[in-house]
Amino acid sequence: MSEVLVLVDHVDGAVSKPTLELLTLAKKLGEPSAVYIGPADKAGDAAERVKAFGAEKVYVVDDAATKGYLVAPKVETLQQIAEQAGGADSLGGVLVVSNFEGKEIAARLAVRLGSGLITDAVDVADDGTTTQSVFAGNYTVAAKVTHGTPIITVKPNSANPTEGAGAGTVEQFTPTISERAKAAQIVASQPRKSTGRPELTEAAIVVAGGRGTGGDFAPVEGFADALGAAVGASRAAVDSGWVPHSYQIGQTGKTVSPQLYVANGISGAIQHRAGMQTSKTIVAVNKDEEAPIFELVDFGVVGDLSTVLPAATEQVAQRKG
Amino acid sequence: MTKLNILVCVKHVPDATADRRFEEDNTVDRVGVDGLLSELDEYAVEQALQLKEKADAPDDVTVIALTVGPDKAVDAVRKALQMGADQGVHVTDDAIAGSDYLGTSLVLAKAVEKVGESLGDGRVDLVMCGMASTDAAGSVVPAMLAERLDLPQVTLASVIETQGDQVRIKRDGDTATEVIGATMPLVMSVTDQSGEARYPSFKGIMAAKKKPLETYSLADLGLGADDVGLSVAYSEVTETTERPPRTAGEIVKDEDGSGATALTEFLASKKFI
Ligand SMILES: Cc1cc2nc3c(=O)[nH]c(=O)nc-3n(C[C@H](O)[C@H](O)[C@H](O)COP(=O)(O)OP(=O)(O)OC[C@H]3O[C@@H](n4cnc5c(N)ncnc54)[C@H](O)[C@@H]3O)c2cc1C
Ligand SMILES: Nc1ncnc2c1ncn2[C@@H]1O[C@H](COP(=O)(O)O)[C@@H](O)[C@H]1O
Repeated sequence: MSEVLVLVDHVDGAVSKPTLELLTLAKKLGEPSAVYIGPADKAGDAAERVKAFGAEKVYVVDDAATKGYLVAPKVETLQQIAEQAGGADSLGGVLVVSNFEGKEIAARLAVRLGSGLITDAVDVADDGTTTQSVFAGNYTVAAKVTHGTPIITVKPNSANPTEGAGAGTVEQFTPTISERAKAAQIVASQPRKSTGRPELTEAAIVVAGGRGTGGDFAPVEGFADALGAAVGASRAAVDSGWVPHSYQIGQTGKTVSPQLYVANGISGAIQHRAGMQTSKTIVAVNKDEEAPIFELVDFGVVGDLSTVLPAATEQVAQRKG
Repeated sequence: MTKLNILVCVKHVPDATADRRFEEDNTVDRVGVDGLLSELDEYAVEQALQLKEKADAPDDVTVIALTVGPDKAVDAVRKALQMGADQGVHVTDDAIAGSDYLGTSLVLAKAVEKVGESLGDGRVDLVMCGMASTDAAGSVVPAMLAERLDLPQVTLASVIETQGDQVRIKRDGDTATEVIGATMPLVMSVTDQSGEARYPSFKGIMAAKKKPLETYSLADLGLGADDVGLSVAYSEVTETTERPPRTAGEIVKDEDGSGATALTEFLASKKFI
């Protein structure tokens, strides 16, 4: 079976859940080889984790000398690993998490390997056919790469990570990084403060607030915490400065597809829908019964979020005991 | 630095508020659906114009709008000219239809080189893009352009500063807020956090009619029909399905706290609690 490269998404060695989803999907296409680019002293833990979810091989690449540069060093690394593995035609595919960095890496790798690129897949079948949701969720598209190896970026929450250990053979890999790849330098970086809540794109439940909160996010946050959910927002709430931009869901924010999405005081503009319409169950609380968000919902409450949410929070807490 | 040449990539996309759909060959219907300049590319045009206006000698800064697309895609370039861009370039050729990211980025890259040569002083210093097209939403063309042109990529800018040929941008990355630095020439993409885009003024609309607008074919760029288009695409869409309309959900009116109870019951029935 051919090797399928899975780029490990991680924060300082802590492997993200979407990476485990990629490993699960990669097994359909061939033998998963995880590519870890990160601090060498955290590689052991990361390798154990990806092994437990099926990695047959783990390429470990120390990024001490290249982590201060944008994207290009990772592209060169993947290209060189792909070549060592026999080139695009002998690979079973390359899977990358669909976030901004992942998409840019995949894009440049596609040019380098002369291979087709599919972005934002929500599923990958055994024969490499992908499923995408386009036009703000109004169409489902099946697509396939026809040249080279399929390079696919996959959205978080697209598969259930299934455990099942692979051989997990570790191979230290030392790429040759060109000077050109260091042309875009990260001059300063401020990691986002942890909210203590689940990561927005990975969460099973997302509770979001919009302009209708009037700037008071406490009812939204309270309800989110009762449900163990992540907190998101519309652009109107972000633009008003009520919550940071990293909370934004939509066309120009994050795309989420949780099991449950609860929109509070959000009207449901097309740009907002683009980021949440693939959620499995959609619930809204809005005081305007004509709000377009109600066209999408499985369940809706026409009411004031500042009274409905605190009362619901209390009831949820009681039920949970 | 004396002269500064900024090229903005603007895409013509089907209107998101119209009924966007696919053709029988599973390519996006770009002719039968009303189109417009991709909303997110307006932010790139705006930032290019601001760089020009802020320059010591604005006349030395040339802003060129470039689009690749069918005949009516020229409207995207026209809109950019109306907003204040100086020149326009439209690459159009029947053979381009159905191109995927690899094809589109190849045509754009060749066009950037061609425009550079035509500028007399030899190069495009800044290639600016939107953060994503509102139809494909890939956010990949800027990275591909950087790869093809062998230029630094400085993507997702929300704040842009330049000093001579040095560029610094601020951006909200996936996990951190970052400052990225690079030297021109480079490829940049701009987000909607960068500030509202201007509307064309009446004067701008009149002036646009007299601005130079070039049309290139594939042959003008040294490309042939076997380099791009649906038949040589690196990926193919095998099926497009319109999502069935959602079955209408249950909507309740909150009266004296009944809403919260109904909501909690619904969530419990779905095992979310
Ligand atoms: C280029 C571009 C990109 C964009 N990208 C995004 C994006 O990524 N994400 C995004 O969200 N938007 C995006 N937008 C903005 C989008 O068009 C809408 O303007 C925005 O989503 C509206 O946010 P909202 O629903 O919170 O506000 P509004 O549309 O003002 O809706 C507020 C809602 O709250 C309800 N309400 C008011 N008070 C209460 C109360 N007490 N209790 C309950 N309900 C109440 C009202 O009935 C109303 O329905 C973008 C726009 C553009 C032009
Ligand atoms: N056909 C095109 N013509 C001009 N610019 C384009 C075209 N396609 C993509 N772009 C540019 O690339 C950006 C990202 O596009 P995408 O990768 O499709 O999301 C857009 O915002 C445009 O600036």
